[in-house]
Amino acid sequence: MAEGGNEQFGRGEGRGGDAPVLAVENVAVAFDGRPVLRGVSLELRCGELVSILGASGGGKTTLFNVISGLLAPDAGRVLLNGENVTATTGHVSYMMQKDLLLENLRVADNVGLPLRLRGASRAAARAEAEALLPAFGLAEAANLWPTQLSGGMRQRAALARTYLFSRDVMLLDEPFSALDAITKADLHAWFLEMQRQLGLSVLFVTHDIDEAVLLSSRVLVLAEGRIAANIPIPGPTPRTPDFALTPEFLESKRQVREFL
Amino acid sequence: MREFAKKYLPAALALLVLLALWQGLAASGAVPGYMLPSPADVLAVFPEDGALLWGHTLVTLQEAAIGLAVGVAVGFAVAVVMDAFAVLRRAIYPLLVLSQTVPVVAIAPLLVLWLGYDIAPKIVLVALVTFFPIAVGLLQGFQSVDADEVNLMRSMGASRWQIFRFVKIPGALPEFFSGLRIAVAYAVVGAVISEWLGGFSGLGVYMTRVQKAFAFDKMFAVIFVVSAVSLLLMIVVSVAERRAMPWRHARSEQEK
Repeated sequence: MAEGGNEQFGRGEGRGGDAPVLAVENVAVAFDGRPVLRGVSLELRCGELVSILGASGGGKTTLFNVISGLLAPDAGRVLLNGENVTATTGHVSYMMQKDLLLENLRVADNVGLPLRLRGASRAAARAEAEALLPAFGLAEAANLWPTQLSGGMRQRAALARTYLFSRDVMLLDEPFSALDAITKADLHAWFLEMQRQLGLSVLFVTHDIDEAVLLSSRVLVLAEGRIAANIPIPGPTPRTPDFALTPEFLESKRQVREFL
Repeated sequence: MREFAKKYLPAALALLVLLALWQGLAASGAVPGYMLPSPADVLAVFPEDGALLWGHTLVTLQEAAIGLAVGVAVGFAVAVVMDAFAVLRRAIYPLLVLSQTVPVVAIAPLLVLWLGYDIAPKIVLVALVTFFPIAVGLLQGFQSVDADEVNLMRSMGASRWQIFRFVKIPGALPEFFSGLRIAVAYAVVGAVISEWLGGFSGLGVYMTRVQKAFAFDKMFAVIFVVSAVSLLLMIVVSVAERRAMPWRHARSEQEK
């Protein structure tokens, strides 16, 4: 199982095919009669990184809870590779706002947790997690407890765990928002490099316009429970943090702002 | 070593001062010597009655240990059931609290009448007084688990058992050990009380015998033994706690 590490890196090559990995169709959710999502539809293609931008309390986390299957929508459905997975958990990997590392498990055990939940032995799960750690900058951290990690390392460990659960679709709910500016910039650069190598398909919630424009190939604006705008970001590929210094970046940022 | 001294030296000195004051009071003759033996008199009991005391201590310890084991098992089961079913929690919890208002000294004679003079009534009494702190501590621990951790586990398709195993049990360990620390002290006192009210051996039985003989020094000696045993058990719990939760001490280990 440990050899799986190399095979994982090959995934990004085949980002062909126009069928979406993930499709959300007309999802509506109301809490106590108050509508939070009023018919949200979106599609995510393989290898695409799409940001969902919106004000706090705008339903971004609710949308993720629906996509991950934790919350059954009042209407609409969620399709993963064409298969209806509405209101069923265990299909897409979901990283919540907090890193939620379990404090009683060492880093390698935390990262390997998804495999254990599927019935792998502790040793097998650890071996696979350890093979993955170097790519996440955690090669030396396998045997540390989460309390011994810095904020940036914690986020990377949580990302590694999310990645190990499922590579089809990753939902990231403000994964970098709790970090200081320098660590955040570091992680942005690292994340772009990971995205280039692994070709992840990611839906990414943020309320930071710069982050959304820098990282994603498309920005969706979620406002009043609807997708108010779908803005392609014509950045260079591979994307690097230097993109933030270009006129194109500012132009995209201006476009996004118009919808907020 | 210096850390150790810094932490425990003040308490040790305070205890010594207290013992010195007591010794002084007894020596001054303000209280008749047979009513208040000096600490030195009490210590003198041990060479004389040591073997006897040791035998009684073992009996009491055995009752406390078995009763505690039963109490922990029952407390655990009750906590799990109350955590899993909100209806049962609302039904059982008030009864649990109510059960704690019943005085132990009132139930103990009943247990003796029902179960006889052997070990059975002692075990039942100890289990009765120890299951409460365990059940309440564990329930609190289960309920205080981060709801998002549970949601994360659910999003990864975890079963109820897996959520229990990976999130709830480790999350409840601190509260469990707080409850256990209280429970071990209750266990020893519970065993002694139930021996008072009927039995053939144990520290409680020894206590009633020396009381009838007005042997004040021996009564104090038993008090010393009971305290020492309780203290020892609490230390054992603390060591077990550290072993069970190595992540809690990880940071300080690194700083050393």
